[in-house]
Amino acid sequence: MAEDRIAVYFCHCGSNIAGKVDVDKVVAWAAEQPNVAIAREYKYMCSDPGQDLIKEDIQQHGINRVVVAACSPTMHEPTFRKAAAAAGLNPYLLQMANVREHCSWVTVDKGEATEKAKRILNAQIHRLPFNEALDPIEVPVNPAVLVVGGGIAGIEAALKLAATGKKVYLVEKNPSIGGHMAMFDKTFPTLDCAACILTPKMSAAGKDPNIELMAYSEVVEVDGYVGNFKVKVKKKARFVNTDTCTGCAACLETCVVRKVPSEFDQGLGKRSAIYIPFPQAVPLRATIDAEKCLTLKGKKCKQPCVTSCGPGAIDFEQKDELVELEVGAIIMATGFELWDPGQDARYGYGRLDNVITSLEFERISNASGPTNGEIVCKNGEPPKSVAILHCIGSRDLNYQEHCSRVCCMYSLKFSHLIKEHLPDTEVYELYIDMRCFGKGYEEFYRRLMDEGVHMVRGRAAEVTDLAMSPEEEGRLIVKTEDTLLGIVRRIPADMVILSSGLAPAKDAKAVSQTFGFGCSGDGFFLERHPKLEPVSTITDGIFIAGCCQYPKDIPDTVAQAGAAAAGALALVDNPTVKVEPTISYIDPEKCAGCHICVGLCPHVAIRYNEELKVAEVITAACKGCGVCVAACGSNVPQQHGYLDNQIFAEIEGAMAF
Amino acid sequence: MSTNGSNGFEPRLIGFLCRWCSYNGADLAGTSRLKYPPNMVPIKTNCSGRIDATHILKALKEGADGVLIAGCHPGDCHYINGNYRTAGRFPLTQKLLEQLGLEHGRVRLEWVSAAEGDKFARVVTEFTEQIRALGPLGWSAQFVDESVAAPAAEKEAVPA
Amino acid sequence: MSKFKFAMYWAGSCGGCEIALLEIKEKIVEVDQNYEVVFWPAATDFKYKDVEGYDDGFIDVCLFNGCIRNSENEHLAKVLRAKSKVLVAFGACATMGGIPGLANVASAQEIKDLVYRDSPSIDNPDGIYPQERYEVPEGVLDLPHMYDTVKTLDQTVDVDYYVPGCAPEAGQIAAVLDVVTAALKGEGPLPPKGSTVGVSPKTCCEECKRVKEEKKITSFRRIWEFLPDPEKCLLEQGLICMGPATHAGCGARCTGVGMPCRGCYGAPDGVLDQGAKMLSTVASIVDAPTPEEIAVIAATVPDPVGTFYRFGLPSSLLRRARV
Repeated sequence: MAEDRIAVYFCHCGSNIAGKVDVDKVVAWAAEQPNVAIAREYKYMCSDPGQDLIKEDIQQHGINRVVVAACSPTMHEPTFRKAAAAAGLNPYLLQMANVREHCSWVTVDKGEATEKAKRILNAQIHRLPFNEALDPIEVPVNPAVLVVGGGIAGIEAALKLAATGKKVYLVEKNPSIGGHMAMFDKTFPTLDCAACILTPKMSAAGKDPNIELMAYSEVVEVDGYVGNFKVKVKKKARFVNTDTCTGCAACLETCVVRKVPSEFDQGLGKRSAIYIPFPQAVPLRATIDAEKCLTLKGKKCKQPCVTSCGPGAIDFEQKDELVELEVGAIIMATGFELWDPGQDARYGYGRLDNVITSLEFERISNASGPTNGEIVCKNGEPPKSVAILHCIGSRDLNYQEHCSRVCCMYSLKFSHLIKEHLPDTEVYELYIDMRCFGKGYEEFYRRLMDEGVHMVRGRAAEVTDLAMSPEEEGRLIVKTEDTLLGIVRRIPADMVILSSGLAPAKDAKAVSQTFGFGCSGDGFFLERHPKLEPVSTITDGIFIAGCCQYPKDIPDTVAQAGAAAAGALALVDNPTVKVEPTISYIDPEKCAGCHICVGLCPHVAIRYNEELKVAEVITAACKGCGVCVAACGSNVPQQHGYLDNQIFAEIEGAMAF
Repeated sequence: MSTNGSNGFEPRLIGFLCRWCSYNGADLAGTSRLKYPPNMVPIKTNCSGRIDATHILKALKEGADGVLIAGCHPGDCHYINGNYRTAGRFPLTQKLLEQLGLEHGRVRLEWVSAAEGDKFARVVTEFTEQIRALGPLGWSAQFVDESVAAPAAEKEAVPA
Repeated sequence: MSKFKFAMYWAGSCGGCEIALLEIKEKIVEVDQNYEVVFWPAATDFKYKDVEGYDDGFIDVCLFNGCIRNSENEHLAKVLRAKSKVLVAFGACATMGGIPGLANVASAQEIKDLVYRDSPSIDNPDGIYPQERYEVPEGVLDLPHMYDTVKTLDQTVDVDYYVPGCAPEAGQIAAVLDVVTAALKGEGPLPPKGSTVGVSPKTCCEECKRVKEEKKITSFRRIWEFLPDPEKCLLEQGLICMGPATHAGCGARCTGVGMPCRGCYGAPDGVLDQGAKMLSTVASIVDAPTPEEIAVIAATVPDPVGTFYRFGLPSSLLRRARV
């Protein structure tokens, strides 16, 4: 074997590293280390001239191992490995020493940072002689894409992908796609009718030959890896044959169970046990609510739905169906939930009449909603005064620290709609800060100030019905500190709208676990990089779009959906994808066939060969966790890239001084 | 190397970090410019389930005063349940080390997600102070040449 | 042709290795044909000064059993190293410390205190301890100096070959003698220095006839608690069997009669620390729905040092308990 000739490159990263680490000192020290042939420093190693240094040294100075001390390998390891490969060096003979994120940025003292940088670097210098040349594993890519969630994000991503000719499976857990946006009346700041802009897209998604719409379905299991996911989808029984149902809605009128609170109307309206959630539903098919239907509950019913159904689509025997899909990429667009204001008793939600959530107001103000668009209180009377309370469950350390980003704007929209319907009604906006950051948003805010809305700067402290004066009698009173006036105010109102924040879906954590990526501290899906990869997850091949990642408005959601579609397309448009070769292997000459690793592999990538009496790694299924290596009593499975002697050498290097 | 040690002892620590959660958590501590003591050198593996007791013992033998293992929160493992194996090995390793006379706190297991840069910084800070309070371990230094031929005054460390 | 010179010595040892050598039965005649015993305290009467008087390299092959527990053991190890062409670490004690190596959980003084003062059966009101030097009118009596730390042979002197086992199995002993004899006669090559001679590179599980399947343990059991299924892998039945982390070579005789492997053949090639490895193996196959429950079950293994380092504490990474 040729002698190890290591080149060390120490990046200044401008002043990001050099401002804290004495680069000259470390480089001088590195040059003296065993096996180190060259030690250099450079201002920006990731720049072209920086990468050229590596290439030249490999080609002209016989360098056969490289360590780049710079930022996190998550950032630039691919950059430098590509440079090494371009110069003819196997990319896996290059290691990075993370002296920025793990050292210069987190250390106060310059001397300490310099010492730590040396130790981090030395671990890699010791490791490199044990590195093996590896070749990335190339696996075929399935060109189909799964989109999970049929709100505006999922619809947009599915349409974009379908337009490129890719097969798309669009899975939605509810009977219809459309998501939250379908419930809205108008959209800020342009006041387009939400249905007018959304329903054409819904309809297009339902008709597109490349999109297989799987509504009323849920993903139950995900296996596989980038380019080759195997997904099990449960198609919930609708008890209606969707092939023959025409969506005529005749059955809805005949059903004897008529007082089921409508989910779509936020419980303000009623639906029957057999229902179509809203007239523009896609697919326009009826669904029987098994928990409400008398027949399905085993009670007596004359089954008027059956008699009223011309095509005979009702099928009480229908069962849930498990469908297996094979896709190359997945886009998660599972959306959000409105933060439940019932969690904070001070706001009176669920206790006081006419304290409603923003989503309930969306339905009330919607022409096709439970009040046909009439803004009225529970008693049917229009309110004389409405208070809109911002930041309910947002920007609140007791509940959610984050800003939900859309509440200021939709609250302003509500003010406008109220003023439009009821010009004489007093409207109060109780806000902490007005966050009107988008295109046309600030302008919309100014417009509202001219519409006679009372802007009160202060978070609402309490909503009560305890009157303290005759004029408060029989009304709701919002208590707040008006921080601009410096006084405590009691604002009488007939209707209080709680501008609830956006919360992660209750099952977000479980869903992220099913798909194998994580959630951030706020409970939303975790993106791979907050700035550079906001639509990717840590799992290759799985992308995120819309409010499942973080609260955002419709324009941002649509933009992110497009980006996620582009990310997925960039993957599935290739016949193959390269995956990291850091997987396990088993030497059959050493395996005693004890079976310990066989049962432990999380990805069932180890099988027992009955003929040879040894365990074998299924290369395509191994994801490289190394659990088998650690569990084997005789270290027979080893993991490329994380060999025991490589880890031991890192320990020795880190502890050498 | 430092001025902040009350007893002048600067612990030398090894931290095994899983690539998907804890290593990224450490990166986030960096991008957030959180500050923590410089005593721990991180070593990356794909999963905390790759680390077995051998690696911990090796680190102690090579002179580490303490060893941290950090992985994904249970349920968040990129490899489904690799960290369950970590969770099983750790207490037994700890029991072994206590039998060998090490204090309970010399090794530590923490779940640090990629979003928990603040937790990473806090854990390293706490762990550094914890080991500083325990004092040096200096495992290999205890192996003195006991040969009768060597007078007591000239006893030397035996290279292990 | 003159016979090759053979030596066998017991350092910190129980004597079992000496008896094990006789287990080769009639092959001992062959040994006698090929070798002349020049030192073997268990069988022949030679004095230390005899050995000290040999020229360096005088002995062709020396089977050294027992650990290095005291100054006498160390002295003889150094003498025999110098006098032997081939020095074999013979048996678990010489290769990895063996059962006496478990003394590394305590210091020499702690052991003496227990034996001469604190043990419940001791009656020693005057607190009399053995003295290393005692002067009598006839001269000075001395005892070897007992070390704090038990060492293996190769932590003391350079070792050529290893024959593990407590005690080594007859078949393996015969194989070693055959290889060395053939090499001395010029009929074959010596195995590479440092190798463990006469054994398969795999683990004990390879030789164990029990049926092995996927392992998921929900509780650990001891052998007195139940009668294990005679066909099934003992580890699967909750018994801590060291087989998966133990070098093959013994023929898996213990597991064949329902006793879990104790690990006397030491770590398989490529394993740095047998105990740490087996601990990790055992903890890896604990099965429970949550990590917390797994941790609780794993921590019920009693006496990890005695279980996983029964024979190998001195050769382990940490070698001993903290002093």
